[in-house]
Amino acid sequence: MKRRVVITGLGAVTPLGVGADVLYERWAAGECGILDGAGACTDFEPSELLSVKEVRRLDRFSQLALVAAAEAIIDAGWDGGLPLDPLRIGCIIATGIGGVQTIELQHDVLRDRGPERMSPLGIPSQMPNAAAAAVSMKYGLKGQAFSVASACSSGAHAIGCALRMIQYGDADAVVVGGAEATLTPFGFGSFNAMQALSPTGISRPFDARRDGFVMGEGAGMLVLEEASAAAERGARVLGEVSGYGSTSDAYHLTAPEPSGEAATRAIELAMNDAGIGADQVDYINAHGTSTQLNDAAETAAIKRALGEERARRIPISSMKSATGHLLGAAGAAEAVATVRTLQARIIPPTLGYGVPDPECDLDYVPGEARPLVLSNGRPPTAISNSFAFGGHNVALVFTGPRS
Amino acid sequence: MATVTAEQVEGRVVETLASFGPDADQISRGSTFEELDIDSLDLVELAQVVEDDYGVVLKGEDMKELKTVGDAIDLIVSRAE
Repeated sequence: MKRRVVITGLGAVTPLGVGADVLYERWAAGECGILDGAGACTDFEPSELLSVKEVRRLDRFSQLALVAAAEAIIDAGWDGGLPLDPLRIGCIIATGIGGVQTIELQHDVLRDRGPERMSPLGIPSQMPNAAAAAVSMKYGLKGQAFSVASACSSGAHAIGCALRMIQYGDADAVVVGGAEATLTPFGFGSFNAMQALSPTGISRPFDARRDGFVMGEGAGMLVLEEASAAAERGARVLGEVSGYGSTSDAYHLTAPEPSGEAATRAIELAMNDAGIGADQVDYINAHGTSTQLNDAAETAAIKRALGEERARRIPISSMKSATGHLLGAAGAAEAVATVRTLQARIIPPTLGYGVPDPECDLDYVPGEARPLVLSNGRPPTAISNSFAFGGHNVALVFTGPRS
Repeated sequence: MATVTAEQVEGRVVETLASFGPDADQISRGSTFEELDIDSLDLVELAQVVEDDYGVVLKGEDMKELKTVGDAIDLIVSRAE
């Protein structure tokens, strides 16, 4: 029998503020953290939250991760000390791109002053595993620690990987999440060159007027623990990671395969892994990027995986309408919001949704938050989707508390 | 190049080290790098500052022997003369 994996801590830094509660509550209240076409973490002041050494040594993506991890670890009740053998605690922090701010700064130094003036912190700050290394060192987590990278599905892949790590018995707990900080000239220039960013600066997933994604930054972190160990220490359980499925389109570098066949399969795999049928899905936290192609392909995949009839009755919303697209952090921050949704049983809306698109014909929770309705006393269950450049598809199933 | 005084070097070294993390008032000639949590990466950055300011080139093998802030100041002053 598979070991069960529960969620005991949550943390987030997003354009809606510093904290998991502020993320969920502001989104559910219909507030948007996007300003001037970008989802910047304007409330995040590294020097107030981190030591001088941490600020100097960490790229912004790792700074965001460390602050979100601190919140999740305190939330799990680990701040008085680790509840398990440190060798049994892993740390996986995904990033789509890594420390691009550091690379840009050091490239300026290289060009202007020569290679001998480059900082010895250049590589260790920009490396994609820097955030996992920082969290592992700060908290003494001595199990497996590394990063995973799959562009915009990185955060979700990290959670899937952590789930398997605990299920397989390689760890009894994992501090897991994703972080991204690419609001830089390279980030904007590259995404603009692809014509992926919204020229109007509006993130309105599934709306007929959608014209691209709005780039955001941030981090989402979760503490996952093996269920019996968590119960033994009397941990407060916030929810459960109950299923994971992942596939690849093998189709195109940036465009999703239009029929959504592989994405459908990822959702089906996650549902099978969780042992649930379509009638047990109460909510879908969509990838919903606000690009023409993603939102149509995702809609097609949801319909194929759950059946059209059932898919029409499931409320679906996209957090990217409130925060923009956190890229490699998206799957993790959206997991945090999904767990909070299942706890509160209030579904936050897809902000800005107004004009239906024939290709996106499901219930995207327009307007305002609404109660999550349960049929038969079972615990509330949600799917969170993440899809990525490269054709990567990830679906996660989360289960909330029974009451 | 104008003569550099030990006081000038000390002031610059303390200021630079303080920018790496420890409080300036915690740093004295007798402080060890270990107790200040200054590691080899910090010392490479210190060497870059020293080279810019005093034209003194400090290599890895020079830095390896340094245990205290005073050791670093003395080495820089002796090389700058």
